[in-house]
Amino acid sequence: MNVEQPITPKLIVKDLNFYYGADRALKNINLTIPEKMVTAFIGPSGCGKSTLLRTFNRMYQLYPKQRAEGEILLDGENLLDKKQDLNKLRAKIGMVFQKPTPFPMSIYDNIAFGVKLYENLSSHDMAERVEWALKKAALWNEVKDKLKQSGTGLSGGQQQRLCIARAIAVKPQVLLLDEPTSALDPISTAHIEKLVDELKKEFTIVIVTHNMQQAARVSDFTAYMYLGDLIEFGDTSTVFTNPKRKETEDYITGRFG
Amino acid sequence: MHTLDTRLKRQNLLDITFRNITRLSAFAVLALLIGIIITLIMGSMPAVKAFGFGFLTSSEWNPVTEQFGALVPIFGTIATAGIALLIAIPVSFGIALFLTELSPQWMRRPLGVAIELLAGIPSIIYGMWGLFVFVPLFAEHIEPWINNNLGALPLISPLFTGPNMGISVLAAGIILAIMVIPFIASVMRDVFDVVPSLLKESAYGLGATTWEVMYQVVLPYTKIGVVGGIMLGLGRALGETMAVTFIIGNAHRLSASLLEPGNSISSALANEFTEAVGDLYTSALVELGLILFFITFVVLSIARFMLFRLAQREGHGA
Amino acid sequence: MFSLYARRRFINALSLTISVLAMGFGLFWLGWILWTLLMQGLPGMSSTIFTQTTPPPGSQGGLGNAIWGSLMMTSLATLIGTPIGILAGTYLAEFGQRGWLAPATRFINDILLSAPSIVIGLFIYEVYVVKVGHFAGWGGTLALSIIVIPVVIRTTENMLRLIPNTLREAAAALGTPQWKVISFVTLRAARAGILTGILLAVARISGETAPLLFTALNNQFWSNNMNQPMANLPVVIFQFAMSPYDDWRSLAWAGALLITFSVLTLNILARVMFRQKANSY
Repeated sequence: MNVEQPITPKLIVKDLNFYYGADRALKNINLTIPEKMVTAFIGPSGCGKSTLLRTFNRMYQLYPKQRAEGEILLDGENLLDKKQDLNKLRAKIGMVFQKPTPFPMSIYDNIAFGVKLYENLSSHDMAERVEWALKKAALWNEVKDKLKQSGTGLSGGQQQRLCIARAIAVKPQVLLLDEPTSALDPISTAHIEKLVDELKKEFTIVIVTHNMQQAARVSDFTAYMYLGDLIEFGDTSTVFTNPKRKETEDYITGRFG
Repeated sequence: MHTLDTRLKRQNLLDITFRNITRLSAFAVLALLIGIIITLIMGSMPAVKAFGFGFLTSSEWNPVTEQFGALVPIFGTIATAGIALLIAIPVSFGIALFLTELSPQWMRRPLGVAIELLAGIPSIIYGMWGLFVFVPLFAEHIEPWINNNLGALPLISPLFTGPNMGISVLAAGIILAIMVIPFIASVMRDVFDVVPSLLKESAYGLGATTWEVMYQVVLPYTKIGVVGGIMLGLGRALGETMAVTFIIGNAHRLSASLLEPGNSISSALANEFTEAVGDLYTSALVELGLILFFITFVVLSIARFMLFRLAQREGHGA
Repeated sequence: MFSLYARRRFINALSLTISVLAMGFGLFWLGWILWTLLMQGLPGMSSTIFTQTTPPPGSQGGLGNAIWGSLMMTSLATLIGTPIGILAGTYLAEFGQRGWLAPATRFINDILLSAPSIVIGLFIYEVYVVKVGHFAGWGGTLALSIIVIPVVIRTTENMLRLIPNTLREAAAALGTPQWKVISFVTLRAARAGILTGILLAVARISGETAPLLFTALNNQFWSNNMNQPMANLPVVIFQFAMSPYDDWRSLAWAGALLITFSVLTLNILARVMFRQKANSY
């Protein structure tokens, strides 16, 4: 990673606490996500990495007993603020999930779905946007002749790339990836990792992964979490070769977790 | 961004509208039940005023003198349902056992479908078939046997002596059993299917036979769900109209013998309602309907409660 | 020890045999009923069944007006009951996490689902027939729609619950407003199951007699007037079967065969459809 690259903060997390009912799942998280880089969250099961990721687009608000306290600043504005319009937020921050979730409609309509929410494009412009998104997701060549076919007919790896295309079609600023390759075979996984490397040129990417080696391969910055605490955050090569905290070292070397 | 703002505001409004429309529909269901209860109560008022509680204990049913009592139909309803369950429960258990443990994999789906088709046959078909096919055979072959053998035994003989007409409480109960079996068997099979295989394997591992595993491990484990399914079948049996109407005989005579014709609430309604002349007659029939609704309401509530308890337990345990 | 083991083996063999017999018992009745229907109903079947009206006793005729009336009432009842059912089922699955309305509605829905259909007929009689002053096809339609609603609610809720939350989340993550998530994504994904539920509801009301007995009553002639008593197959079968006339009885059997055939076909269709679509999710 180039140290000379200027690092602009994109998301600033300040004193974030998260609760499932009465249980505190995130404890006083303070963190800065840099712009147009890949940041990975790693840690053993239950450490809170997915929880933290899901606070960024306030996905937890679908569920009544979950709440967050603190601040998360996106370009200076606190997105946890009650006045923040959720749908507007989600236009800026996109998400891809653990299991591929194609909508029950054609490939074309899947991609167009999000775009139609925010923009009134002519059919020519829409077709262009769909093509752009599919090319960015490295899926265009495989599906360009079957755009009208159902999204559910694709293979697992293709479906996941479809979901990525769908998320970037709305041109978000930040892309959240929640264990995007955990349901995929190694070859599809490699495709997606290569994709992430390309996408970071245009989007800020935060990726949660169970797979330490994936984090090492793919990310510029890594955050190690344990039981709701942020133990260490730094650039990936340092975290993996010369961690500052013993807990980090124990996890990285496989002494536990 | 201005158009985006107005757009988002509109979506918000649509969200609220949509939610309220669905909420309204849910309310409609609530209103329906309340409407039914109120309507039945109002319709029965004349009869309630005229007969009071005596309605429930009187076996008098005379449209001419306008004396009505619910005892015969209530007895018929409960007796036929009771006979039906007595037959249906063990048979359903046998079917559920077969479907979950004994049947080869390839047979399971078609057999399951066959049982559910049995549940789909409309009640009037059972009635016709019952009256024209079953009843004559019953009268000719089975009833004499019952009269001679069970009717000769002490104690239960009054239950089983009667004319060999075929049309009777017993015949109605048997047809009802056939109608109810698919319901109870389906619930039992569904409930048996979700027993964790680890539980059954531990029992088999100790050397238990299939019967022992089903009867001593699976059945106790699923008893809440099983009882819930039985009550569901009971609810159906109590409310069943057309099949019973064809076969029970529409006789307003109370008799100890199951071989005698009788009456059930639903068949009384089916046979007499359109011909009922006079407010009191009609009102007495409506009160019968109210009683039936009340009985099924209670039975179904208990069933629901038991299945709910089972679901709760599944969520915590296993 | 040996005799204990032998006894257990015996009981096991006995009960398993009985279980096979129970299965046979169930199949036996199914087969016998279907056989009887074919034997008794086929002779009476001919194209006149569809083209001629129900005759007075002692003359030839068909079931045409009854079939037509049943078709009309069934379709209308489905049209009325399905939207209410889907909307209420959607409420239960998507909005029902908080508050008292959802559990109460579920409970009541279960009651209505298994309530005696003759009581439903009684209810419509009191609120509609009495008010309007005469029996009418609309009364029958309303009674049937009350039977459709709980079936559709139950299936819709169950099918929606089967849709994994990640699908909803994926749509929400794009910023989709909730009403669109439900209408365009969730309900759409569940559409095969919901359609199955509707088919099953139709199958159920096609055979229902009791709710029509004192609402739509019956009609000897072709009629499109829903404000008058409407001919329908189940009540006609009831009337003809209980009568002493041979030609009426043979028509009753033909009608019975027709109804059973339709109901069973709908049931099988629903099952096949559901299995096909379920495989893609």
